[in-house]
Amino acid sequence: MASYSFDCYGNRWHFEDLKTLLAKATPLRSGDQLAGVAAESAEQRVAAQMALADVPLKTFLNDLVIPYERDEVSRLIVDTHDAVAMAPVASLTVGEFRNWLLSDAANATSLRKLAPGLTPEMVSAVSKIMRVQDLILVAQKCEVVTAFRNTIGLSGRMATRLQPNHPTDDPAGIAASVLDGLLYGNGDAVIGINPATDSPQAVMTLMKMLDDVIQHYDIPAQSCVLTHVSTHLQAMQKGAPVDLVFQSIAGTEKANKSFGIDLALLAEAHQAALALKRGTVGNNVMYFETGQGSALSANAHHDVDQQTCEVRAYAVARAFDPLLVNTVVGFIGPEYLFNGKQIIRAGLEDHFCGKLLGLPMGCDICYTNHADADQDDMDMLLTQLAVAGVNFIMGIPGSDDIMLNYQTTSFHDALYVRDVLGKQPAPEFDAWLQRMGIFSESGRLSVGDQLPAAFQNTLGHHF
Amino acid sequence: MADQPKTVQENRWQRLREYTDARIGLGRSGISLPTQHHLDFQLAHAAARDAVKRPIDWRELDAVMQASGVPALALHSQAEDRNQYLQRPDLGRKLNADSAQQLMRWREQHGAPQVVIVIADGLSSTAVEVQAPKMVQQLLPDIAQLNVQTALLCRVDQGRVAIGDDIAERTGADHLVLLVGERPGLSSPDSLGIYYTFHAGQDSSDADRNCVSNIRPAGLAFAEASRRLCWLMREAAKLGYSGVKLKDDSASDILEAPTHNNFLVPKADG
Repeated sequence: MASYSFDCYGNRWHFEDLKTLLAKATPLRSGDQLAGVAAESAEQRVAAQMALADVPLKTFLNDLVIPYERDEVSRLIVDTHDAVAMAPVASLTVGEFRNWLLSDAANATSLRKLAPGLTPEMVSAVSKIMRVQDLILVAQKCEVVTAFRNTIGLSGRMATRLQPNHPTDDPAGIAASVLDGLLYGNGDAVIGINPATDSPQAVMTLMKMLDDVIQHYDIPAQSCVLTHVSTHLQAMQKGAPVDLVFQSIAGTEKANKSFGIDLALLAEAHQAALALKRGTVGNNVMYFETGQGSALSANAHHDVDQQTCEVRAYAVARAFDPLLVNTVVGFIGPEYLFNGKQIIRAGLEDHFCGKLLGLPMGCDICYTNHADADQDDMDMLLTQLAVAGVNFIMGIPGSDDIMLNYQTTSFHDALYVRDVLGKQPAPEFDAWLQRMGIFSESGRLSVGDQLPAAFQNTLGHHF
Repeated sequence: MADQPKTVQENRWQRLREYTDARIGLGRSGISLPTQHHLDFQLAHAAARDAVKRPIDWRELDAVMQASGVPALALHSQAEDRNQYLQRPDLGRKLNADSAQQLMRWREQHGAPQVVIVIADGLSSTAVEVQAPKMVQQLLPDIAQLNVQTALLCRVDQGRVAIGDDIAERTGADHLVLLVGERPGLSSPDSLGIYYTFHAGQDSSDADRNCVSNIRPAGLAFAEASRRLCWLMREAAKLGYSGVKLKDDSASDILEAPTHNNFLVPKADG
């Protein structure tokens, strides 16, 4: 195991191993301070970035931040690495790799071919020496397209998850939010409920409810109840209508164990969902959520910085061809990402790193009330991620999740992105919105004083 | 006066708010939030932020504790201020040296209490100021009916849930009842939680606690919260443990069957 050092302004900075170098090179965030791995001064941080820029990419294949023998995620990363795909950048250092990514050599085609040749640690390393505009510019070059009942991630498009949560899973309360979301043009990524209870019976009731709505209105979209993967397996065995299998994942074996999962369980659920063949235009059946700080909060970070742990979670996601990977960036709280500035940078890093690894990245652009952040911070991250080409965002009534007690993007927020950047929903869903009279032919929201006919027919007695 | 052009498109389905507290049917100006709903949100967020940041005013609770006749101590965690509290959860879980000494002296004089009630500010000073005095007044006589004695009240500045474990271990209490300001939601900045642990200590974990949550005027009532806590205390004393293994049957009667169905599909479909 090599150690690293760097001289600047007459100081010699020493870093004892690769994970220390990565941690010290990480832009400031409270979670790394809490873990005791953050740089101790601003100068030490930049010295670490300079030393990191000189590290050859190939080093990351041999010098693992968590040993191969101790961690199945490390084994997954090494065993699935594609050396042929890495060829175009195989001789580069981290600093040279940044230049390559910014150059014309990196385009949608070359980046797609490169993805299997990159490991999380290479991608994490280069993100640490990139500015916000670099993270946006390179991510925008990547195109990651996935499909189930519609096609997500096409250039010029942005999808939304309709998140109709209710504190007691009341069917009418959920239906009210679903209706609100659909009439504001949301829901192509997934109509996805965080259930208040994990009881299999209650979860299956919700699965049936969403499936009824999708079938009745013939919506080209997929549903998901965000319960544990083992509950999904039970539900599928009992014949419940499961479109997407959900699971929270992390970047170390030990952290995944704290979630009650391992790679074998994910593989079992993936195969079970594929066998249902419920997709119409594609068969990406997994929905994963991640977030910086999850490994540390499970005390399973092995002294690796929280952003590198996060990118390792994308290696887990990559093994199961997901439809959606969602970094829930501000949910975990200020002990991991303290304020708007830290949340914004983390969201852009996660999106960039995921895209570079070939994943369909979306972002839950969010904050809690004990973080030093507000709607202005969310508007900045939303605008920047939309420019960067984020595949999907959340949509919730008025930004207020009354079940999980946090704030995320609203149905209105997606329309803002459509207006200022011309981003349209997934094509199949876009056509449905126009057919239903929710969007006009020019793609503008057109719901006025009258409900669209299909909804008026069912709901007439309510009004 | 000339008619102004209409700038807000309202939503007919706003009346569905009878089914949910979610902010549905807000209408739109262009495609954006109308001014009133935008500012309503800002106000709710401001109240939630203030609930987290505002230093707590203990006066009303102190008066209630004094009037109760139960000995009371004012303690402080190792987190010196709010900023440190938010960034260092570990410090909010431990007593500072002065507080640890106070407890040691108290135990030398009085011995181990059967019940200790801890009130920690947590993440909402508003919740603790408004709900904790009434909650303590409700709890003391109800707990006394269980034939156990509440021998000590502790209020803790900059305290998290797990600071109760530190206090229980230092005092040797059988029952730990911890009141704490919950993480404030936009629509619920004033919510108090009760965490109960039997034979708590430094090695206790979340799996050893039972929680009674959402105590506030628009949520769970004081009497009902107290009833559930007393049920937990009785069962834990019988079984010798608390936590996830102690299934909270006391709450089953309030998980009502839904009164309204999914109205988005005709009955024949569903």
